[in-house]
Amino acid sequence: MAARGEPAAIGPVVAAGNGLRHQHLAIAGMAAALAVAPLVLYPVFLMKVLCFALFACAFNLLIGYVGLLSFGHAAFFGTAAYAAGHAAKVWGFPPELAVLFATACSALLGLVFGWLAIRRQGIYFAMITLALAQMLYFFYLQAPFTGGEDGIQAIPRGRLLGVLDLSHDLVMYWVVLAVFLAGFLLIYRTIHSPFGQVLKAIRENEPRAVSLGYEVDRYKLLAFVLSAALSGLAGGTKAIVFRLASLTDVHWTMSGEVVLMALVGGLGTVFGPIVGAAVIVSLQNYLAGLGHWVTIVQGLIFVACVLAFRRGIVGELGRLLGKPL
Amino acid sequence: MRRFLVPAGAALLAVAAHPALADFTGGKVRIGVLNDQSSLYADITGQGSVVAARMAVEDFGGKVKGVPIEVTFADHQNKPDVGSNIARQWYDTDGVDVIVDVPTSSVALAINEVTREKNKVFLVSGAATSDLTGSKCSPNTVHWTYDTWALANGTGSAIVQTGGDSWFFLTSDYAFGHALERDTEAVVLKAGGKVLGKVRHPLNNPDFSSFLLQAQASKAKIIGLANAGGDTINSIKQAAEFGIVAGGQNLAGLLVFITDVHGLGLQTAQGLILTESFYWDLNDSTRAWSKRFSERMNGRVPTMVHAGVYAAVTHYLKALDALGADGDGKAVVAKMKELPTDDPLFGKGTIRKDGRKLHPVYLFEVKKPAESKGPWDYYKLKATIPADKAFRPLAEGNCPLAQ
Amino acid sequence: MTELFGVPAPALFGQLLLGLINGAFYAILSLGLAVIFGLLNIINFTHGAQYMMGAFTAWMLLNWAGLGYWWALLLAPLLVGITGILIERLLLARLAGLDHLYGLLLTFGLALVIQGIFRNEFGSTGLPYAIPPELRGGQNLGFMFLPNYRAWVVVVSLAVCLATWLVIEKTRLGSYLRAATENPTLVQAMGIDVPKMVTLTYGFGVALAAFAGVLAAPIYQVSPLMGADLIIVVFAVVVIGGMGSILGSIVTGFGLGVIEGLTKVFWPQASSTVIFVIMAIVLLLRPAGLFGRAS
Repeated sequence: MAARGEPAAIGPVVAAGNGLRHQHLAIAGMAAALAVAPLVLYPVFLMKVLCFALFACAFNLLIGYVGLLSFGHAAFFGTAAYAAGHAAKVWGFPPELAVLFATACSALLGLVFGWLAIRRQGIYFAMITLALAQMLYFFYLQAPFTGGEDGIQAIPRGRLLGVLDLSHDLVMYWVVLAVFLAGFLLIYRTIHSPFGQVLKAIRENEPRAVSLGYEVDRYKLLAFVLSAALSGLAGGTKAIVFRLASLTDVHWTMSGEVVLMALVGGLGTVFGPIVGAAVIVSLQNYLAGLGHWVTIVQGLIFVACVLAFRRGIVGELGRLLGKPL
Repeated sequence: MRRFLVPAGAALLAVAAHPALADFTGGKVRIGVLNDQSSLYADITGQGSVVAARMAVEDFGGKVKGVPIEVTFADHQNKPDVGSNIARQWYDTDGVDVIVDVPTSSVALAINEVTREKNKVFLVSGAATSDLTGSKCSPNTVHWTYDTWALANGTGSAIVQTGGDSWFFLTSDYAFGHALERDTEAVVLKAGGKVLGKVRHPLNNPDFSSFLLQAQASKAKIIGLANAGGDTINSIKQAAEFGIVAGGQNLAGLLVFITDVHGLGLQTAQGLILTESFYWDLNDSTRAWSKRFSERMNGRVPTMVHAGVYAAVTHYLKALDALGADGDGKAVVAKMKELPTDDPLFGKGTIRKDGRKLHPVYLFEVKKPAESKGPWDYYKLKATIPADKAFRPLAEGNCPLAQ
Repeated sequence: MTELFGVPAPALFGQLLLGLINGAFYAILSLGLAVIFGLLNIINFTHGAQYMMGAFTAWMLLNWAGLGYWWALLLAPLLVGITGILIERLLLARLAGLDHLYGLLLTFGLALVIQGIFRNEFGSTGLPYAIPPELRGGQNLGFMFLPNYRAWVVVVSLAVCLATWLVIEKTRLGSYLRAATENPTLVQAMGIDVPKMVTLTYGFGVALAAFAGVLAAPIYQVSPLMGADLIIVVFAVVVIGGMGSILGSIVTGFGLGVIEGLTKVFWPQASSTVIFVIMAIVLLLRPAGLFGRAS
């Protein structure tokens, strides 16, 4: 039963094909749909979805393509939110610099956490990332610049490049969309690059990758830093959009949420995390009035996905269509 | 349930089509009670605040200038991001004109900003931070019931005057705890007392034993609890376990509500000194209102936060009646400051330039089990601090509106 | 008065003792995690929720059935253990052959569900649970006032930890268990019902968590989230100790409790992070953990 044997690796169930034409078409379609979406849907809600979608995509890069389950990704998301908030509010950075600074902070943190965590694998890796993130949570809870429980509030949205006034929700939306697409395409490029191929080789069979002469730890660390930086990009953007950086962003529940988003959408799929983020954020919005039912429903989705639905929405869809999505 | 599919402009279009109602946005007055419905502060605020707001609307007659008044509510889960999201959506798409209550200082500060940005009205009852009428004050905000400065001042000075002149602080290690400690320490020193030590404990700390041991070793007469909620309850319980009160030291809870005393039980809470701006058993009119409230709340008595919600909504409606419009939040708050306040719970009072509502504040001592004559008979009145002494002087708050 | 590092010696002794008490909880919880991990190879994220369920079961037994602390100490681990057995049979058993990370995700989801249900049912404020009359009061040790109940916690948890260790290391049942951990297929071939053993082991690990919950009930508030943050600290304890040895997890648990206690004297602000910092250092020097075998 449980115990030993060759466990099936976590990750995409559909083998990646070479014909990526349909993916390119899907990306173009998604970009077009997102560009006009705010004419129908509440833009603030959409911005939340996009920020979390990027976060989930960054997380998915690790779990889906390197096979590393990080349970502490909130650390990068939250650190960036605080960094962007502090830079924009206290130092008066323009929004683009604040977000870049935040991304750099998260990348740096990713380097430190990654350096520690990749010493162990599998379950230990998950526990270590969780514990490190929790340590950071306690640090932010007490550090003066985060404002503790109050968080950093009234972060100015400012003007992008000194021109675009981001206080208009629609202008802000299109900027967020651009950030999201840039991050998404970077991830997409990465997983289809030679670097991405090595990552997949590590996921499938680490000893073999080692024997082929790859410095596995360096690849893992690089992927970890990239994932942390992109999570930071999402977190920094979120702080500018909502003008708020708070402890919620660094708490372990946030780490759990991003795992859930990727899981629901489909681990190791290109579009899964986006769909997952949309589903979970909508769920939180609709169920907000029901108190702790949100937590219960999220927990049930976790259980259901793990037991019966491991491919996730997009993974299942890809299987039905016979094409990786 | 909140909708987010409504296009942002729909409410505006509806108003444009009915010019007669243009003075009241959306053709009605919508009051949004935003607080903790399910967690730490649900008993202090929660449904009780919704009931209090509804009672205020009913007592006002249900309409202002013939325009119907609606009360809606939501749960902010004590998270500033959840709270500000709801507030944005309420203001942007759901036609809410005023947000009421909002416990948890972090969430209140967030709502303070959103309300200022959208030029609506924010009536604070549940939140404690005196920053709302200090450095973060806003022309769209009125802070009604109490604040950290009033609590520190009431409890701190009264205890020093009755002989509790040496203090040790048990402080929750975040902004709110620091503020409470700082304000209380200033009061203690000013009144001639001294502070022998302090220890900072992490927020939501389950185990206070080692901090209490340090407090015990300090030999201070008073252990000041600059924390809130579960932390306060746990420190009081564990102080009893370690025989601290029996050993001659006294506890001073700086933020304790009647529901906390109820949860602790008189056996554990007896002798605790605390400050509140309302108690159900103060006088005939508070008793009469509290009776009506209790009938709707399964026998629970109102907290000062519930009372504050009732009084603030009542005064808001008076201002709308006088103004004949609800669209411009700044104008409504200016009218609220101009009109003198008068309600059965806090009596006559005023709202200061910085948004602080002024009324007396009371110092209570928790009764011994033998002294309590019935359910919820918990407090003995020890002192009344008059309205002009109860709150931080206008000049000391650094509020830009005060200059 | 003698002083050590600027702190009066009596105060130091007091804090050491208190650290030992907190360590008792870390020890029982990490022991349960280690037992489960040994055989099932999953990290039981539900452990914190099951600890909370133990405390709530004690509360419910008292308030709904009139059964006091001593009954709770016996019944709560049993009842919660049974729910654990159901979880293993109905859910975890279905994950056989999959990546062990799915076990982590499943138990994480379960923890959310359980904590959510208790929050909906009982609110977040926490419910009081009185110290049993036999254990009220305390002893004046000269350097501190030690409540009887806390002394009891240390003694009983040490006893439970040692008993568990003895069973696993010194009895036949324990030898099957250890063998099944090493090679389940072989043990199965020897005619031992390994799946049943796995189920019972999970139930036992969960029962340990519930037992810790009952012990904690009179000290802390019985609240739905009492295990949520604690479990992450226990994870760090487990990483520090390494999961290889039962004795290791017990020693690490008590040891870290003491270190945390000392931190509360010298630098209270760091008391919530010290265990994580130690974890980082141990990872740098000995990635497999203090008592772990290199993988």
